[in-house]
Amino acid sequence: MKDKFIVSASPHLHKDESVSKIMWMVVISLIPAGLAGVFIFGLNAFWLIVLGIVSALFTEAVLQILTKRKITALDGSVFITGLLLAYNLPAHVPFWLPIVGSVFSVAIGKQVFGGLGQNIFNPALVGRVFLMASWPKYMTAFTKPFDAVTSATPLALLKEGKLIENISYLDLFLGKRGGCIGEVCILALLIGAAFLFIRGYISWHIPITYVFTAGLLTYMFGAKGLLQGDWLFHILSGGLILGAFFMATDYVTSPLTRKGQIIFGIGCGIITAVIRLWGGYPEGASYAILMMNAATPIIDRYTKSRVYGIK
Amino acid sequence: MKKLFHEFLKGVIKENPTFVLILGLCPTLAVSVSVMNGIGMGIAATFVLLGSNIIISLLKNFIPDRIRIPCFIVVIATFVTIAELTMKAYSPALNRALGIYVPLIVVNCIVLGRAEAYAQKAKVINSLFDGLGMGVGFTLALILISAIREFLGTGKLMGYTPIRGFEPAFVFALPSGALLVIGLLLGFFNILKNRKI
Repeated sequence: MKDKFIVSASPHLHKDESVSKIMWMVVISLIPAGLAGVFIFGLNAFWLIVLGIVSALFTEAVLQILTKRKITALDGSVFITGLLLAYNLPAHVPFWLPIVGSVFSVAIGKQVFGGLGQNIFNPALVGRVFLMASWPKYMTAFTKPFDAVTSATPLALLKEGKLIENISYLDLFLGKRGGCIGEVCILALLIGAAFLFIRGYISWHIPITYVFTAGLLTYMFGAKGLLQGDWLFHILSGGLILGAFFMATDYVTSPLTRKGQIIFGIGCGIITAVIRLWGGYPEGASYAILMMNAATPIIDRYTKSRVYGIK
Repeated sequence: MKKLFHEFLKGVIKENPTFVLILGLCPTLAVSVSVMNGIGMGIAATFVLLGSNIIISLLKNFIPDRIRIPCFIVVIATFVTIAELTMKAYSPALNRALGIYVPLIVVNCIVLGRAEAYAQKAKVINSLFDGLGMGVGFTLALILISAIREFLGTGKLMGYTPIRGFEPAFVFALPSGALLVIGLLLGFFNILKNRKI
């Protein structure tokens, strides 16, 4: 009782939270998806994840030593960057790919802007897009689940006009399809996302509007006729769920206000659907999120909440 | 003589057009895909700079102040035409590789910038060395950027493969890779500059 009577400046009641704690909670929420990925694609996926994380931590520490700043490699944020970058790789890429990607993510995506809180773009996605533009032959060589045979993703097959009949919604939901390590098992991703929702670390505004907009647009324009698209297929395939719940909700690169977050989610959904339906790539979630990251400052500017008492 | 040498060196290091004045970035981004292109572009730009600087410096008392920019452009365009026709005659492959960027030297900010900022006020001999220095500085910057881009983007250097088994990162052959390389080099030179003082 005695500690309640300490005389001090406000705020008097603290919640037991910090940036670092929230970041580690996000890491915990991503573990189920990683386990599912390793289970589906084999141990190779595990080593890719380890390499991605270790090289991200190492790059952050080295750059902070070189620029003589406080070393914050263990605050969890850079751990997430490495983890998400590895989740965005196909399961059988060469081992140097996650290392190069992590170094690029942390150095160019984050540290050149000044570190945590300063970066404009989601670092993991910067790394992914860099790898995608540099070594497309590795980044699009997906392997079949439980098998080391290369196969295309359902979205790529759809793009080529030969949609396979033998893949069910349940297969997609559980992750029995070609794809990146962390994006395939929707069930595991949703478990992690539910954990974040319950703890209040992410709000519904970005992910739900994102998924809903992408679903609506693919339902409207996905097939030849209007309103005949296979919206459930589009939501369950590709990196949409991983992107919507874990990358679009990044605190640093998404808008601050609720209104802004809804605009952000809708924008992401529109761009994803447009790239998937009419663009050159089969999947557009990462480009959609990066483009809306670029729009975040302007969204923040026009959705500023009104100061009480000022017109 | 020492002063003239200083005039020359200024363009190479202290006022390097690409890394310090940040001028002429459009051709730099476009042609720095391979070292050969970089050298060709650099030589063409150096020739134009040298010629336009000398002529404008000679004509500085005859050019009315109000229409000086059109006059400069006419002089520069003359030299660009000479350079382009020469290139077409003696190395058509290089001309094809550089494409529209050879005629576009007319509107290169470095050439017009030196005419406006230096040659129209300075003596002929100083202008000559200024143009030469700026041209050499531009060429060296182009060679540096294009060497990095050619090696990382295609795994080759002047057509040879220095390291076997190196997997080129295709992004460096794209314009976005050029922006990355220029940005990182600018940062690097700023570190060097700040360390000296």
